[in-house]
Amino acid sequence: MTDISAHAHAIAQTRKRSWFKLETVVDHAILIFGSLLMLLPLLIMLQTVTTPDLETMKFGPTLTIGTELDDNFRKAMFEASGFSGQNTGMNMLKNSLILGIGFAVGKIVIGMMAAYAIVYFRLRFATLAFWLIFTTLLLPLEVRILPSYEIVQQLGMMNTYQGLIIPLIASATATFFFRQFFRSVPEELIEAARIDGAGPIKFFIDILVPLSQTMIAAMFIIMFVYGWNQYLWPTMITTDENMYTLVRGIKQIVQTLEGNNIPEYGRANMLALIAILPPVLVVIFFQSWFVKGLTESDK
Amino acid sequence: MKRAGFSTKWLPILLLLPQLLIIAIFFYWPALHAVTSSFYLQDPFGFGQTFVGLENYTHLAASVEYLKVAKFTVLFTVLVTFFSLALALLFAVKADKVLRGAKTYRTLLMWVYAVAPPVAGFIGLLMFNQTWGPLSELFKFFGWDFTLGVNYFDTAFAMTVVSVWKQVPVNFIFFLSGLQSIPRSVREAALLDNRSGTRRFWDITFPLLAPTGFFLLITNITYSLFETFGVIDTINKGEPGNNPMTLVYKVFVDGFRGNDLGGSSAQSVILMILVLALTVFQFRLIERRIHYT
Repeated sequence: MTDISAHAHAIAQTRKRSWFKLETVVDHAILIFGSLLMLLPLLIMLQTVTTPDLETMKFGPTLTIGTELDDNFRKAMFEASGFSGQNTGMNMLKNSLILGIGFAVGKIVIGMMAAYAIVYFRLRFATLAFWLIFTTLLLPLEVRILPSYEIVQQLGMMNTYQGLIIPLIASATATFFFRQFFRSVPEELIEAARIDGAGPIKFFIDILVPLSQTMIAAMFIIMFVYGWNQYLWPTMITTDENMYTLVRGIKQIVQTLEGNNIPEYGRANMLALIAILPPVLVVIFFQSWFVKGLTESDK
Repeated sequence: MKRAGFSTKWLPILLLLPQLLIIAIFFYWPALHAVTSSFYLQDPFGFGQTFVGLENYTHLAASVEYLKVAKFTVLFTVLVTFFSLALALLFAVKADKVLRGAKTYRTLLMWVYAVAPPVAGFIGLLMFNQTWGPLSELFKFFGWDFTLGVNYFDTAFAMTVVSVWKQVPVNFIFFLSGLQSIPRSVREAALLDNRSGTRRFWDITFPLLAPTGFFLLITNITYSLFETFGVIDTINKGEPGNNPMTLVYKVFVDGFRGNDLGGSSAQSVILMILVLALTVFQFRLIERRIHYT
């Protein structure tokens, strides 16, 4: 009896092992397929930025690596397209960085201040303030885009960085995120601080902000990517080519592919790559913070 | 609020002021303005406005074009949501399971999160290029002559593919972190009870992932409705013509290009109601979530 069951067990073991192997191969095949699906377009872009435009136009992407990388990089970064001659890649990169960083910093500072006020103070209208702030989570900018545009126009903020950044800050994602975090900070901390005679400002700067470092980093990454990737709002607010960001400039880049005799694929792909790389690198290098921030803030 | 909170009067007000000021000027005022101007008819040359009641809305309901756009938006939303959730779930389950290279796969499957929608649209233009795009070549091999920007169906197809490509990584990140938060003890118990991996997935893993799935369902619907604007605008090359467009895109085209402020505002209000309904639905699901975990 024991013999038979031991035998059956052995059979099950071997069967399981061989079956397991096939399954692993299938799992990896699916994952490799998925990874390639994501990666292939990037490889094509990398190939075209090294190739002369004429070749790309004739043959499309090939497997050869060309020698035009320097030239395409120079054209993309320092030569301007458009009418004003001001929107070089460098200039667009600068504007993108200002938008990404300005948006992230603004949102974090304002959000932390508001969350601190809501969580740590006895305030009569705290509930009202809470609801006023959190209602903004309900409606994305896209549904109130035209009136927002009119207001920015009336305030004379067209083609300015303030006009670009501040209206985008008008939603409570960061406030909500920091509120959740502050609420999880142990009660004893503030009691101890009060016994030691620390005032609200000292408590905030010396205890709460250092404690939130990881949260701030996670929020910064998410908000930087969000700000950098804005499209509709910059399209409406910046009409001056001098103020274009890389992402906003992509439409113009597409249009230059249409008109010319030989479309400038090298230059266009280079600019698209520069628009992709900074946020992608930030996300890859700070992956664990980013994933933590994303999965904890959106719920 | 913390029990041992500070009771300073002026400081919290000062701390809240920037946030409240910004949302008053750039959120409440525009949202209100959209609602009121949806009841008016604006003079295209800026000479005042006349109250027309619900005319902007009835006009929309009777508009063949608006209904066509609405139909496309619904279909587009369903397809993008379904395929980006399904693919992401498949990849997440596999990435959670493999022992080797799990980290590499994770990075390779999530970096597209950081690509801006219009840049994704630009990539779509390359992939579906009529003369040499790798995907059009593939379709040509199967006898499908793909003409992006000319054929309505082909253009809609490209928009859907690009939007799915852009959305899979976010869903992947959430599904993977949902899978990783399933306790080891539950997995082991399931393994003892049931040998079949497929059955284990549908009986144990899938129900445990349901809260993440519900949350993602709403996020994906919102994404398809609003954030795909960049994809659509780039693939249409800024000139919609006869090409497909979504409701948000139409708000932009009618209001910004067509100068039909009343009609555009009415469309905005319809979208607002849609988003509010979705959010209320989402909050109710989150309340129920507590029972799951």
